Amino acid sequence: MARTTDKAALDNWYVLGALGDFPTHTVKGARLLGADLIVRRAGVQFQVSDEVGAKLPVEQRYGHLWTTLGAPTRPIFAMPEWDEPDRRPVYCGAVRVRASGLRVVENFLDLAHFPYVHTDILGTESKPEVARYQVEHRADVDEVWATKCEFFQPKAAASADGGQMSQYMYRVVANPFLVMLYKTPPTAPNRWDVIALFVQPVEEDLSIAHPFMLVIDETSSDAELIAFQQMIFLQDRIVLENQRPRLLPLQPGRETPTRGDLSSVIYRRWLKEKNIRFGVEEPVRLAHA
Amino acid sequence: MLKLHDYVLSGSCYKVRLLLALLRLDYERVPVDFHPGRQHKSAVYFALNPLGQIPILEDGPLVLRDAQAILAHLANAYDPDKNWLPRDGRFGLIMMWLSFAGGELMALSAARMHDMLGYELDIETARANGRKALRILDDHLADRGIDGGQWIVGDAPTIADIACFPYVALSHDCGLGHEDYPAINLWQRRVRKLPGFVSMPGIPDYF
Repeated sequence: MARTTDKAALDNWYVLGALGDFPTHTVKGARLLGADLIVRRAGVQFQVSDEVGAKLPVEQRYGHLWTTLGAPTRPIFAMPEWDEPDRRPVYCGAVRVRASGLRVVENFLDLAHFPYVHTDILGTESKPEVARYQVEHRADVDEVWATKCEFFQPKAAASADGGQMSQYMYRVVANPFLVMLYKTPPTAPNRWDVIALFVQPVEEDLSIAHPFMLVIDETSSDAELIAFQQMIFLQDRIVLENQRPRLLPLQPGRETPTRGDLSSVIYRRWLKEKNIRFGVEEPVRLAHA
Repeated sequence: MLKLHDYVLSGSCYKVRLLLALLRLDYERVPVDFHPGRQHKSAVYFALNPLGQIPILEDGPLVLRDAQAILAHLANAYDPDKNWLPRDGRFGLIMMWLSFAGGELMALSAARMHDMLGYELDIETARANGRKALRILDDHLADRGIDGGQWIVGDAPTIADIACFPYVALSHDCGLGHEDYPAINLWQRRVRKLPGFVSMPGIPDYF
């Protein structure tokens, strides 16, 4: 597939990897929205060029390499937690998923799957209820926020000793392929841990997820934190790869949400308003329509 | 205490975790930042295993690499009834299938590393070799089934089953389903029912 023509997808900043994924003095291929790119690193300097050798805009932000194929109307989103000195950045390692990037983000927003996909870790089958939470589109920053989310979790994080009622907030920033969550950590209940998932949409149905954390955890090693996140993400991966259709349907009646899926409902509505097509299923004829 | 240098997403480490669980052995788990940190290729780990691979098992002064060797050691040292590694006519066959698990079946591991972690390798060859290995195992299990056999060797599960199970069960991670391998499908259900069985991410719950 060639580079997409979908302006709503092109005009965003995307992550091609953590800076550490590109060893110094290397040239590495990358792919974004159907376009083949070349990443060159010389020391702390990065250069990204496209299929015809044109140089693309590059930013180094939040420990990651960012680029765009279009003309973003907004800068890379604000993550004020990055500047808090007691937080530790943890780069959890890129994972490829044979699924639409929009499905990957939607799964990240979902609470209801915890007891069934992350059994006895992020949820337990005896307590599957998704309590009412709030979702809003914040027009001034063009972000979707889900707040007042609560879930009982037997092992909420690498450092957890026992179960806890976890509080969550979710945030999809102006680019619908970038999602973050804020979660009460077992070690500092009055603060929020930050977990981000930067999705690099490669093809419509192939994505690279770059999970990233800014944690307040002085007890767990990086290897322990990474192992925990990768375990969780790989439990999701097999579900994501088996979802059909692979591309996210935005057509009414194609998939039926329930009350617990409110964040998905608002996310999909927002995607429709953006008129995004990359990773979205073409409308199909429904039998009952 | 036994100490396992472990990576949660490694099928080879999972072989060891699975047998440790089935033998109900306590052990210390040392998580290795395999991806993205490549800690298994650090000086500390090269000192433990010059091949730069995990799992590594420390049992007192003994340091062992290679999942198959570790399975054999655990069965030899901690299974007094010799169920998991019988020392009779089954021994040679078990060794043969251990070699297969560490050899031909590892094509599935290579394909999985490509699809999951973006390793650069010849994915078509890896998948084709993975399919060939699955075919060999499926034919063997089908033959065994005709004779009433339910396991890779003999009338009971052995470390041959434990060595072969992980990458077979994880083949969905590299886009290979089990539709064409009905004997494997039945066999892996039996493995999953073993008392003390533990799973890992990527192994589907719905078979």
